[in-house]
Amino acid sequence: MKNKLKVLRAERDLTQAQLADLLNVSRQTINAIEKGKFDPSLPLAFKAARLFGLTIEEVFQDEA
Amino acid sequence: MNNSMGNDWKQCNSVNTKRLAKWTAAWVITLAITTFGPVFIWSQNDIITSVAIAVNFLVGIGMIIANKQHLASLDELQQKIQLSAMGLSLGVGLIVGISYSTLDTTGLINAHAEISHLVIVMSLTYMVGILLGNRKYR
Repeated sequence: MKNKLKVLRAERDLTQAQLADLLNVSRQTINAIEKGKFDPSLPLAFKAARLFGLTIEEVFQDEA
Repeated sequence: MNNSMGNDWKQCNSVNTKRLAKWTAAWVITLAITTFGPVFIWSQNDIITSVAIAVNFLVGIGMIIANKQHLASLDELQQKIQLSAMGLSLGVGLIVGISYSTLDTTGLINAHAEISHLVIVMSLTYMVGILLGNRKYR
């Protein structure tokens, strides 16, 4: 699954650690999601989208 | 955007980790007392030995509950890494344990298949699983 997390985070001048704190996950999780190594659960994906004021499809895209 | 929730999550995780460490230490200590007590402390008194085993068993249940709480407090990636490592450890423990025991019962090896050897294999496998998981999601 592709995502725009890194771009959205950079636009808001947030570090990985700050975004991790806002989403209640570890920095390692944010890094793994940004690199496309780990797909977040639906609740976490919704939480991230809500944080950026976007829909889930605007943050995460299915590669299939 | 405030990060008070993030700090709460970290604090909760820290508390659960410390709780698990305390229960694990208590379990190891009660196991040591149960193992060496009959020989060095209470001269093979069966009642005291039974009580010591029961205490060790109950502390073990406490350790399992603490471990469950610790797992629940981890974030989803950390849970995935932990559960994958535990699954690997269980699989390796089962296969190696059965093969090792069969080697003993069929007389192909002279050494007795001790459960402590299995615990060591499972512990090492678990640690390797954690290292591999962390490397995979680095």
